[in-house]
Amino acid sequence: MKKVFAIVLAMAMVFALSATAFADGAFKIGSSGPLTGGAAIYGNAVMNAARIAIDEVNAEGGMQFEFQAQDDEADSGDKAINAYNTLLDWGMQVMIGTVTSGSGITVSAQAAEDRMFMLTPSGSSVDMIDGKDNVFQVCFTDPNQGVGSADYMAENFAGAKVAVIYRNDDAYSQGIRDTFVKEAEAKGVEVVYEGTFTNDTATDFSVQLTDAQAAGADMLFLPIYYQPASVILSQANQMGYAPTVFGVDGMDGILTLENFDTSLAEGVMLLTPFSADADDARTQAFVAEYQNRYGEVPNQFAADGYDAVYIVKAALEAAGCTPDMSFEDICEALVAVMPTITVDGITGQGMTWAASGEVSKAPMAVVIRDGAYVTP
Amino acid sequence: MGPVNRKTLFKDSRSDLFTYLGVILAFIVITMLKNRGALNRSQSGLLVPICCYIVMAVSLNLTVGILGDLSLGHAGFMSVGAFTGIITSMSLIDIIPSAPIRLTIAIFVGAFFASIVGFLVGIPVLRLKGDYLAIVTLAFGEILKELITCLIVGFDSKGLHIIFNVSGSKTANDLNLLEGGRVIIKGAQGATGTKTIANFTAGFILVMITLVIVLNLIRSRHGRAIMAIRDNRIAAESVGIPLTKFKMIAFVTSTALAGAAGALFGLNYSNLAAAKFDFNTSILVLVFVVLGGLGNIWGSILATVVLYILPEALRGFASYRMLIYAIVLILVMLTTNNPVLKSLFSRWSFRGNKQESEGGSNG
Repeated sequence: MKKVFAIVLAMAMVFALSATAFADGAFKIGSSGPLTGGAAIYGNAVMNAARIAIDEVNAEGGMQFEFQAQDDEADSGDKAINAYNTLLDWGMQVMIGTVTSGSGITVSAQAAEDRMFMLTPSGSSVDMIDGKDNVFQVCFTDPNQGVGSADYMAENFAGAKVAVIYRNDDAYSQGIRDTFVKEAEAKGVEVVYEGTFTNDTATDFSVQLTDAQAAGADMLFLPIYYQPASVILSQANQMGYAPTVFGVDGMDGILTLENFDTSLAEGVMLLTPFSADADDARTQAFVAEYQNRYGEVPNQFAADGYDAVYIVKAALEAAGCTPDMSFEDICEALVAVMPTITVDGITGQGMTWAASGEVSKAPMAVVIRDGAYVTP
Repeated sequence: MGPVNRKTLFKDSRSDLFTYLGVILAFIVITMLKNRGALNRSQSGLLVPICCYIVMAVSLNLTVGILGDLSLGHAGFMSVGAFTGIITSMSLIDIIPSAPIRLTIAIFVGAFFASIVGFLVGIPVLRLKGDYLAIVTLAFGEILKELITCLIVGFDSKGLHIIFNVSGSKTANDLNLLEGGRVIIKGAQGATGTKTIANFTAGFILVMITLVIVLNLIRSRHGRAIMAIRDNRIAAESVGIPLTKFKMIAFVTSTALAGAAGALFGLNYSNLAAAKFDFNTSILVLVFVVLGGLGNIWGSILATVVLYILPEALRGFASYRMLIYAIVLILVMLTTNNPVLKSLFSRWSFRGNKQESEGGSNG
């Protein structure tokens, strides 16, 4: 027993030492997201990509960043705040986070009170930025995706009968569904069926699919993440039900899902800001580096995390911030410059921000053909 | 009930006194540290949830340790308290601007509704014994969570609007709130935009009230009857103790306190979803109780503090945090069950713990 304790203590000391050894004159960038548990794939993607971007920035030799990631387990209550507080104690000056909307709504309320600048890579809920001037987003807000999807369908699939299956305990899914249904009505897209599920019931969709088929839907709109979407695709295939499947950015990643037959995703359409197969040099360099370091193809969350670092860098430069400033001063300076800057990233060219925190960039519709994204 | 030994009576009240003094001392020390700025953000952020979980653990100990019935649905009652508390506080925000008064009312309302739900659940559940009871409480905990997931609640000048969204097709827009109204609970996404009014002093007061209620109940005639049921059900019944009545007293008290803890917890975070109060949270609280010792109130308090701080203290291990947490938990369970250490503990403890902990572990 003594030996075990000795080892544990020794490890604790090593970690404590490594945490205190930091470079002078670097901005402390903190991030929190799910690093363990069911949503860890998103958190780890953001953190991995952010580390790549930070190493690139530091290698340039100009502005220097230090980075720390904390685990919030995608919890919407105490654990999210605990992670945030830990980052504050570390001396975080700018927050790239949170990864998920649920934690983000809790943390952003606190950050607005503390005056901590927050740039969320992937927290797309409107509740995250609503009424808080210090919170900005890299990803689209949910309403924008819903509107974009409905507009795209009205334009390209006139007369389609649409079934929507969404997850109603998820602010992301619910948010997209709400604006989609509203916009669909306005644009004359007929929604014939709506089915819901929750995190606990995301393993079987036979009821929703049978109902959708019975309602005569020839198009399936899935404003959900790719994991439940993969189950829906394989169950629909087993039933012999073959509607056109339309997803949003959460669908991105379905091609890299383990044990998933990608032929089932053939013909799936999605709106996404990022495609790992894009042929611009920057995306290719990022994808190569990501694969080199972590052995997998980066998804859209990773791309958001990568862009977030460069956005923070651009904003800090534009505001003329220095690493010795307090986080409150940095926040005020960044809030003032965010609506004025334009950033080219791998999730969009010429990204700009409204003072409300919403990003403006063009969504891209892609269709999956032979296991790759192509523009329809 | 048997003859009451004067010596054990004295030992009991001495142990209770030390429990009260310990909590008060801890409060004074922490408040002094806090006022001097010696606590950092993450440490002071842990204070309110620790108080909530202490109340949860002590109240669950009443059911599991004192009554001897294993309940796996305690988080369900916490969620009832949390959401009724949030609704109360957010509805009264214009009428009662004073945060402490609103918090007090919210905690009472949370406790009240949780006790009503506890009573209703208790009617069928307390007829069962052992494993059956554990499974049924687990099921009720999950049912409560699912029911709250269906709630959409808003408040405007006309009063409270509630939709029970079973089909899942309704959203907050269907509340048709008047201008100036606010949505309090958005169905499965839970309560968002809650004004946080909980603080450490309120948490401390709630812990003290809980201790007064639980310790006095245990030492009273009722408490001895409850423990008699735990130790020997048939003997207790044969001397004329009404089983259902005393079981219900213990269970409803326990659920009311869980509701109060939930209200405080809910008002400490601006966003809270019902999914937070799942089976894992019930088990977490049960772990606090088991580690602290069944029937041992100060043990529950100590175990809660240690086990709640542990995952935060392990943040230095980064990705290995949860792995190390599990290993430490196993080590702690093994060492506290070590016979040598156990005899050492019983020498330190203030009462004849041996007899009681053996009785409790049968439950």
